[in-house]
This record gives sequence, structure tokens and C-alpha cells, in this order.
Amino acid sequence: MTLKLLFFARLREALGVSRESLTLDAPATVAVLLDHLRARGGVWATELAVGRNFRIAVNQEMARLDTPLSAGDEVAVFPPVTGG
Amino acid sequence: MKIAVQTEAFDLNAEVSALHRNNPSVGAIATFLGTVRGESGQVSEMALEHYPGMTEKALAAIVQEAQSRWAVIDATVIHRIGSLAPCDAIVLVAVASAHRGDAFAACEFIMDFLKTRAPFWKKETTAAGGQWVDARDSDESAAQRWDPP
Repeated sequence: MTLKLLFFARLREALGVSRESLTLDAPATVAVLLDHLRARGGVWATELAVGRNFRIAVNQEMARLDTPLSAGDEVAVFPPVTGG
Repeated sequence: MKIAVQTEAFDLNAEVSALHRNNPSVGAIATFLGTVRGESGQVSEMALEHYPGMTEKALAAIVQEAQSRWAVIDATVIHRIGSLAPCDAIVLVAVASAHRGDAFAACEFIMDFLKTRAPFWKKETTAAGGQWVDARDSDESAAQRWDPP
């Protein structure tokens, strides 16, 4: 299945990408996606390491590691928010 | 309800007026205006990034939650994005109700949740360069005090 990934703020700059399409074997969860991204090594492994403070949204709703993913989902990765 | 994410400045008086003009059931409007701190002249620019689509949805959900907790007649939330300077207005929350208690409480609730739930990110520029602002634990504590016991 193909997912639309979005990256924001400090993570967008650190990873050097704002958006990409990614194909992943179904079924998958947010945890599976993160493992896939960490396997790229380098900044991906560092920035998305277990214990690092970042958030995931699936289809513009806050998600958890066990949130299931479906074909066409929009998955966003971003730092804790700092608006206001 | 009015939710806006925009680069342009907003007019506080016009926004407040729109909440009570032609609405005689309104007896109280509480407003919060957030502005850019210059941090003793060290910050020259504050850039605001957001997540188009999710940000507007998150703000609307926060206002709806406030409406479920207090007797809110109407509310306006405007958040600016893009490049701002010290002293510029960043955010406006205005809540209209019949009496002040509901307006004060809902306004504070909306701001506390906006700070911790709405996808905005600040990057400040100083003489040392650009730096993303870190989330603060005190903001999370402020939001958690509204949780039911």
C-alpha cells in the first residue's frame, strides 16, 4: 500500500524532506512505518529513535504506535507543538 | 464559530464587534491576545509554521470541546503564520457568552489546548541564527489541569 508522508518544522529540516510517497507491505501500523524509516539509518535512525520526542498524526488525527495504516493514508511526523 | 489561520494581521476591535453586534444574548466577551516576545532584544524574527488542514480541524475541535463544557454563544480563534516580528500579534481567542464566568473559563481553556494540541511550530531568529522553539512542560501542565478528576 502507498502512504503519503509529511514532515514538519525541526524534523522537516533535520530529515531534509517535507513530503514523500512510501510503499509499505500491508497490514501495517505506525510502529511498522517507524521501523521502516529508522532502517534508512543516518538522521532517520537518530531523529526517530525510540525515546525521541515526536508526534505522529494519521489522516490529520493524533495517532499512536498501534494505530493501523491503510492505503492512501496521510501520515505526518512532527515535533511537539509550540504555537500560541 | 470563526477559525482562521492567516499571514495577515487581524483587527481586534472588528473581531470582538462581530461577536456581539446583532446578538443581544451576549453579555460578556473574554479575549486573549498573544504577542511575540523579543526576549530582551535577542529575537529579531519569529517564523510560524503549521499543518494546513489539521491545524484548522484541531482548532475547531478545541472550540467545540469548550462549547460542550461552558455556555459559549460564539467564539473566534485567529492564529497568524509566516514571518512575525517582536511585538506583533500572533493569536487571538475571543469567547462570547451571557455571563463572564463562562467566557473567562472557555477562553483560558481554548488557549491552553491550542498551545499543546494545535499543530503550530515557532522558529526564532537571533544573532546566533535560527532556532526551533522547544515545547515547554509548563504548557502541558496548564492543559492537564482541565482534565476531569
